Amino acid sequence: MTTTVETAIGPAQTMVLNMGPQHPSTHGVLRVILEMDGEIVVKAQPVIGYLHTGIEKSCEAKTYSQVITLTDRIDYLAPLSNNLGYCLAVEKILGVEVPKRAQYIRVLLAELTRCASHLVWLGTHAIDLGAMTVFLYTFREREEILKIFEYLSGQRMMTSYFRVGGLALEPPADWLDRVRRVVNNLPGHIDEYEDLLTKNKIWLGRTVGVGTMSAADAIAIGCTGPLLRASGVAYDVRKAFPYSSYDEFDFNIQTQTAGDCYARYQVRVAEIRESIKIVKQAIEKVPAEGPFRAELPGIIPPSREEMKTSIEGLIYHFKIFTEGFTPPPGEVYQAIESPRGELGVFVKSDGSAKPARVKFRTPSFVNLQSLPMLAEGRMIADVVACIGTTDIVLGEVDR
Amino acid sequence: MESQDTDKNPVVQKLRDWDAGAVSEVIEFRGETTVVVPREHLRRACEYLATEPSLRFSLLADITPTDRFPMEPRFEINYHLVSMDRRERIRLKVRIPGNDPVMPSVTSVWPTANWHERESFDLFGIRFEGHPDLRRILMPDDWEGHPLRKDYPTEGYQ
Repeated sequence: MTTTVETAIGPAQTMVLNMGPQHPSTHGVLRVILEMDGEIVVKAQPVIGYLHTGIEKSCEAKTYSQVITLTDRIDYLAPLSNNLGYCLAVEKILGVEVPKRAQYIRVLLAELTRCASHLVWLGTHAIDLGAMTVFLYTFREREEILKIFEYLSGQRMMTSYFRVGGLALEPPADWLDRVRRVVNNLPGHIDEYEDLLTKNKIWLGRTVGVGTMSAADAIAIGCTGPLLRASGVAYDVRKAFPYSSYDEFDFNIQTQTAGDCYARYQVRVAEIRESIKIVKQAIEKVPAEGPFRAELPGIIPPSREEMKTSIEGLIYHFKIFTEGFTPPPGEVYQAIESPRGELGVFVKSDGSAKPARVKFRTPSFVNLQSLPMLAEGRMIADVVACIGTTDIVLGEVDR
Repeated sequence: MESQDTDKNPVVQKLRDWDAGAVSEVIEFRGETTVVVPREHLRRACEYLATEPSLRFSLLADITPTDRFPMEPRFEINYHLVSMDRRERIRLKVRIPGNDPVMPSVTSVWPTANWHERESFDLFGIRFEGHPDLRRILMPDDWEGHPLRKDYPTEGYQ
């Protein structure tokens, strides 16, 4: 396994160092085989699959609606983004138009998810690099966002709140006041984190010039999301291929050109601020009244009232929840911008009630491929910073 | 599946003009264009789509195999291409028989294909010729069988 390398004092043997799968800085169960020349990484090889649960295989044994609960568990830090990607894909196959009210609520919640996910990233990344305080602050604010999800869906994390055709439930009457309160407080809290980090000498020392990646390299390796934008490519699925009425919202793509760990930090912090902007616009746009689910008899469940009062409603309700619905045969690929990058959902229907194939193009899986490029030639301590700023979720890498 | 052999899409038109043999069928479904490419033309077609200045499909988003067991040709490999600055997507599809699941690797065109092809090999048993490091990626190295094949059971012990 070891190779001989040229050093300043002559040829020397490298050492193979195993990092993970149980290592606190790998954010789950990532294993990296490092070939070391003293403190310098000669070769870094990520080994994955420790959290592989066969979600794509399970999808083929479930009806279209049952799959939604599995999508929560892929990227467990951004369950609503996964719900959204999957629901949009199935809606595309069905050709369903979702009511505007549901679309705006979806945008609002997807952006809150992005805030929550970036907050977790910021806190855990800071703790990796030795800044304990930020972690305690970001988790405090994240909890406020999770309380909104709980208020709407009954669950903090595994919400399954988006359903094919719209939402699972009518949101409670005063939920927007809660959202308003949280997003009004959040910018001040971000200033707090930035006070602690942005000009912190230790933070700068650990991140500036560490793990640099050029735009061409990032595209070649398939990176998307903040990783790509920190290298200067303004690619955001929300702008490039708008979905769920994102084209009606006013926001900017946040980019940096340095392509190092610090640039990725700057991009993510700026993205939280942009998301707050979108959420504030969505609060104004969401109508107080109106349908939260499309109407499509036999495919989308009827309202509770219709189910209780009409015989057709009851039959449809019964059939949808026992047999499922059957989309026309075909294949679609729907991409959304998850907090980590392009989340693509490929759904193939063969005309039966269960999908013939569901594939999740998860951004973490692809972004992790860049780790050797980021870490090789640098000190071992920088590997931790590089893993941190690629912002992987192992549930999403391994599926 | 709605299928028509029209040339409404300029990308398909360009691909046809470049080499008529590289396009064996065009499928339009829900606003998405799928070009069925014969296996022997795939790598050349990918190089053309990635490097042609007027197309610039610089990002390979995903490689998705599907298993049509027991129908033949058994496997369909879908390549999802994105042109980031032109804001355009296209899907290439290659159909290969079950008794010969071999594909040309496109890692030389898009290095990101490395892990996607390893995943396809791991879960579907499709071999990619010219891949630099074709090993299992999600399942253990000594695993037998390819779990996402339709003839592989969903439940049970190995």
